[in-house]
Amino acid sequence: MDYRGPKRVRAVQKPMPEIKHPQDAIVKVLRTCICGSDLHLYNGNVPDTRVGSTFGHEFVGEVVETGAEVTKVKVGDRVIVPFNIACGECHFCRQGMFGNCHESNTEATAVGAIFGYSHTAGGFNGGQAEYCRVPYANVGPVIVPEGMDLDDAVLLTDVVPTGYQAAEMAGIQNGDTVVVFGAGPIGIMAARCAWLFGAGRVIIIDQEDYRLDFARNYSYCEAYNFKEMDDPVVFVKKITDWIGADVVIDAVGAEAAGNTMQTITGRKLLLQAGSATALHWAINSVKKGGVVSIVGVYGPTDNLVPIGNVLNKGLTIRANQASVKRLLPRLIQHVQNGVLNPKGLITHRLPLEEVADGYRMFSAKLDNCIKTVLLPPTASH
Amino acid sequence: MEQNVINTPIDPKQIPGWGIDADPKNDPTYPMRQRMNVGQDPDSKHRPQSLQPVDTEVLRSIERPNVSAVFGTPEPPSGLSGMIRRAAFHYSENRYRHWLPLVLADRVNVVEGIIEDLAHGKLPNIWAEKGYDVEWKHNRTSLILKLSAVAAVAAGAVVLLSSGDKKADKRKHYRGAYYEE
Repeated sequence: MDYRGPKRVRAVQKPMPEIKHPQDAIVKVLRTCICGSDLHLYNGNVPDTRVGSTFGHEFVGEVVETGAEVTKVKVGDRVIVPFNIACGECHFCRQGMFGNCHESNTEATAVGAIFGYSHTAGGFNGGQAEYCRVPYANVGPVIVPEGMDLDDAVLLTDVVPTGYQAAEMAGIQNGDTVVVFGAGPIGIMAARCAWLFGAGRVIIIDQEDYRLDFARNYSYCEAYNFKEMDDPVVFVKKITDWIGADVVIDAVGAEAAGNTMQTITGRKLLLQAGSATALHWAINSVKKGGVVSIVGVYGPTDNLVPIGNVLNKGLTIRANQASVKRLLPRLIQHVQNGVLNPKGLITHRLPLEEVADGYRMFSAKLDNCIKTVLLPPTASH
Repeated sequence: MEQNVINTPIDPKQIPGWGIDADPKNDPTYPMRQRMNVGQDPDSKHRPQSLQPVDTEVLRSIERPNVSAVFGTPEPPSGLSGMIRRAAFHYSENRYRHWLPLVLADRVNVVEGIIEDLAHGKLPNIWAEKGYDVEWKHNRTSLILKLSAVAAVAAGAVVLLSSGDKKADKRKHYRGAYYEE
């Protein structure tokens, strides 16, 4: 996969990645996905996204080469590769914050390194490729458990942990009402995981009916279309006895629709770090003393949000890139025990060579697309 | 479970896994970090033993003292976009002077990419790169409307510019006539 500019990608042959550090591994990609946050790159909204980059931070594969210091995986192992690159020994990794590693990204300190996510996130090529360099192979990759479907495994690299952490960060208490803005794969998973923490009511809000129908069944939640509401905040107040939700999760991020001013300034003119419509609604629709959990991705500059209401309502805002490595053992259990069914999110499978069509389909929400898996030609061998 | 096609109330306890990760201690102030006592907090100066050799140009945030132990090597800065990126990295992540030039560099880089393609004798297939085949298949009306709008704007711009030329010609003729008198 080769990025050529906003909304332009193509499949090309590139040189084989090389071992650059003794803890590197080279992985032959077996499954890779297009993530909602890839759309920020695809649309040209992430600064320092260079032409020629390869995207893709959701992938699983087979180890084909290891550096001299790699001891935890060996050639032939099939591995789940967390989307964040973490050294495992820095100040942050040692506190379980594997999404905030300080030894993998030279180009920005506010974000850890992420595969295929611009030079702002470390400048590493991603997994929408046949082969990928995986740094810190002793730390990140987890061997795919015996019998686990690769379609389940690939969604454990980002979608499941991010959705789960959204619910975890929300501090959900038994019986809480949880509202999730965004019925993309992450929002759907966050709604599903909210039940695992004891939610009493889960509501998802989006503008795409097909996604709402999907979420209603996959996540066992109520689902509403904000295009049918005069004002989503008033709607949430109304259905929560006029006090607001205990918890609101922003699973949309920078590509949010629903507010013309935010769309123009955030998405079209890039005067903000994306459109903050969902976050704006989250802050205003959560109850006083409630929690807003953010997993939707925004750019590194500024956004227009009602921060005064955060103070006046006594809100807690919690946000982070998912700490995939920390969460994987628990989530693997949930998949193996049948509590979670990640592969149920997959609606489309395309060969990697059709990556441009895959991005267009996901971006324009064509053909009722929820989640697209790309299959490299090497995956079938 | 049966297909839930309307928003009917549901008993949460019927949902597989309900409450199995409930953690009453995880109120909003309960830390996710594995916090230790102050004296035992991980050493912030500790670094991995092996460092990736810096054999390519890496732009470093001035908010950190060194190059991270590993870093990405693809697409080092080059050309005009590279010059802009190098200038941007003189400023911290706290400054618009860092981010806005990077956005500008990205746009310049797109033009450089097209020039590079042409220099290698390759004409970019914009239709395919934009995935219009799949949009044509699933969303034809919208695509036609979108392309028509782009064509209309382009045609309008051409008409506007050419009428500007004619006006300038008329002024030239008028001045010519005036001066001739």
